Amino acid sequence: MHSRFCQFKKILFSTVIIFISCYLSVYALADDRGPKLFKKCKSCHQIGPDAKNSVGPHLNALNGRIMGSIVGYKYSKAVENMGRLGNSWNRESLNKYLENPRGFIKGTSMKFAGITKESDRSELIDYVFFVSTANARIPSYQDPELDQKILSIEGDYAYGEYLSSECITCHQASGQDNGIPSITNWPVEPFVTALHAYKNNHRENEIMQMISKRLSDEEIASLAIFFNSLNN
Amino acid sequence: MTINRRHFISASAGITAAMSAPMVFGASRPQVVIIGGGAGGATAARYIAKDSKGAIDVTLVEPTRSYYTCFFSNLYLGGFKDFDSIGHTYGKLANDYGINVVHDWAVDVDSNGRTVALAGGGSLSYDKLILSPGIDFVDGSVPGWDLSSQNKMPHSYKAGSQTQLLNAQIENMKSGGTYCMVAPPNPYRCPPGPYERVSMVAHKLKKMNSTAKILVLDPKPKFSKQGLFEEGWNKHYAGMIEYIGPDMGGKGVEVRPDSMEVIIDGTPEKVDVCNVIPAMKAGKIAELAGVTDGNWAPTIAHTMQSRKNSDIHVLGDAAAQGDMPKSGFSANSQAKVCAMAVRAALTDSKLFPAKFSNTCWSLVDTNNGIKVGATYEATDEKIAKISGFVSKTGEDAALRKATYEESLGWYSGITSDMFG
Repeated sequence: MHSRFCQFKKILFSTVIIFISCYLSVYALADDRGPKLFKKCKSCHQIGPDAKNSVGPHLNALNGRIMGSIVGYKYSKAVENMGRLGNSWNRESLNKYLENPRGFIKGTSMKFAGITKESDRSELIDYVFFVSTANARIPSYQDPELDQKILSIEGDYAYGEYLSSECITCHQASGQDNGIPSITNWPVEPFVTALHAYKNNHRENEIMQMISKRLSDEEIASLAIFFNSLNN
Repeated sequence: MTINRRHFISASAGITAAMSAPMVFGASRPQVVIIGGGAGGATAARYIAKDSKGAIDVTLVEPTRSYYTCFFSNLYLGGFKDFDSIGHTYGKLANDYGINVVHDWAVDVDSNGRTVALAGGGSLSYDKLILSPGIDFVDGSVPGWDLSSQNKMPHSYKAGSQTQLLNAQIENMKSGGTYCMVAPPNPYRCPPGPYERVSMVAHKLKKMNSTAKILVLDPKPKFSKQGLFEEGWNKHYAGMIEYIGPDMGGKGVEVRPDSMEVIIDGTPEKVDVCNVIPAMKAGKIAELAGVTDGNWAPTIAHTMQSRKNSDIHVLGDAAAQGDMPKSGFSANSQAKVCAMAVRAALTDSKLFPAKFSNTCWSLVDTNNGIKVGATYEATDEKIAKISGFVSKTGEDAALRKATYEESLGWYSGITSDMFG
């Protein structure tokens, strides 16, 4: 398991943005061809914590998304119409679309011939859904009050480990989420942004506001690198 | 408060040469004995074992093999949790963390010889002793009640068979009967606990015995989250709960377990279930170890060391905790400060400034959760409150539901933090 994990990590490192490497452990158990298959998509579609719309819309939280529903992305009329009719992206619709894009949505602007082999489509969907679901929980907004210098503060791992014991009473070190979100494996930047957003009252939750107000910028940076290191 | 790491106290200073090389495993390992396997003791055991990576020999003494958490035991009474879901065992602490788990009663502490005597006849030596025994009841605090009455009039304030007994009594109560609670005086374990219990009993009775009544006899002029509970009681259980404060006879209540009567202001009243929650004090072993002053054990907030004996630390309900309420969350928070201090004293690990926090969630009715919380720091005098919050009356249903769901997440989190 360990060597397979490491090998997978290397492949992923070179194919998708670095941040995603944190999310691979569960996926790695299932399969490790996803990142290779995703090469075909990544020149137009981003996925992961910092994913933005580019040539195509970003793919975070794709499973269950109404077609043509990302605000700010200019879809073809054909895809928008599919959404208006109530169609959403799920395993079945994505499988049909990837098999023959222009056959499934006539008039789509996606210039992609399709993937003939059913097992390739299936593995690609596994991968995309895994990574996109893992990233759905990480806040992607910006905190307008956040001084960009704060993001470049280097944290101290040992100090972060000590401070983390206060967080772990609720946010489980195992990454399990039974009612309180998992904060393990987050990339440093969204972690720091989220805590400062609580500190500045841009995010609601009385406990998190209270806890974050007690943390210095350095302490937040230290927590961020510690929780980033928890691989589970 | 800004904390600068340069100012952290280096633990190695002031430690003798003999104590500074305990990294050698085996018989020379420093020994920590922890009495009580609840939120304080189990957490301290796990953190010391985990973070010292085998350099400290950790023994946890806890009489029960299955530990039932007091927190969420009210949710069992309300029918929101089954009994098994609040039970936990010590297998992971023993197997995954190498902690010696001893299921026995600690019956005495020889603080000069630094040994703990066990009911089973054994004895344990320690370099550092951590007491986290929870609470015992003050004799005579409710006239007519003592521990021999606990089957007729259960306290159910230590979770386990007492919780099941109270549940059975409530479920078997006659139609239109009265559940009476004799609430405790301050300070006591889990300030919102009695009032969450009233809510949960009301929830259960509303469904299965809707003409039943609830009578609360309270010696305190006010209680935790009072406005929030009263809002909920009016909304969900209107006409069901009669609350009698100290001015109206809630103080100085006497009970007669044999005739199932409570005497309010000299007038006997017959009740069907009587939940007597007496005044509390530190678990008896703290008294036997000589670390109590009055009902509780005074501690140094920076390390949770006893003010009476520097080799003994006291955690959770048994400690005089300054501004912190007595709760499982508080005990867990104090355990981490204590674990760090104990490691720093016995190995060369760092001592960081103590940080404490607490949140108490309570359930009022289905998907109606409320919370109160605060953060604390160590001063030379006590554990001092920095800032806090409390849910507000009139919050919308979505927020109350989110608060309840958060409490489920916390339960899962803290029990993993305690038991691994």
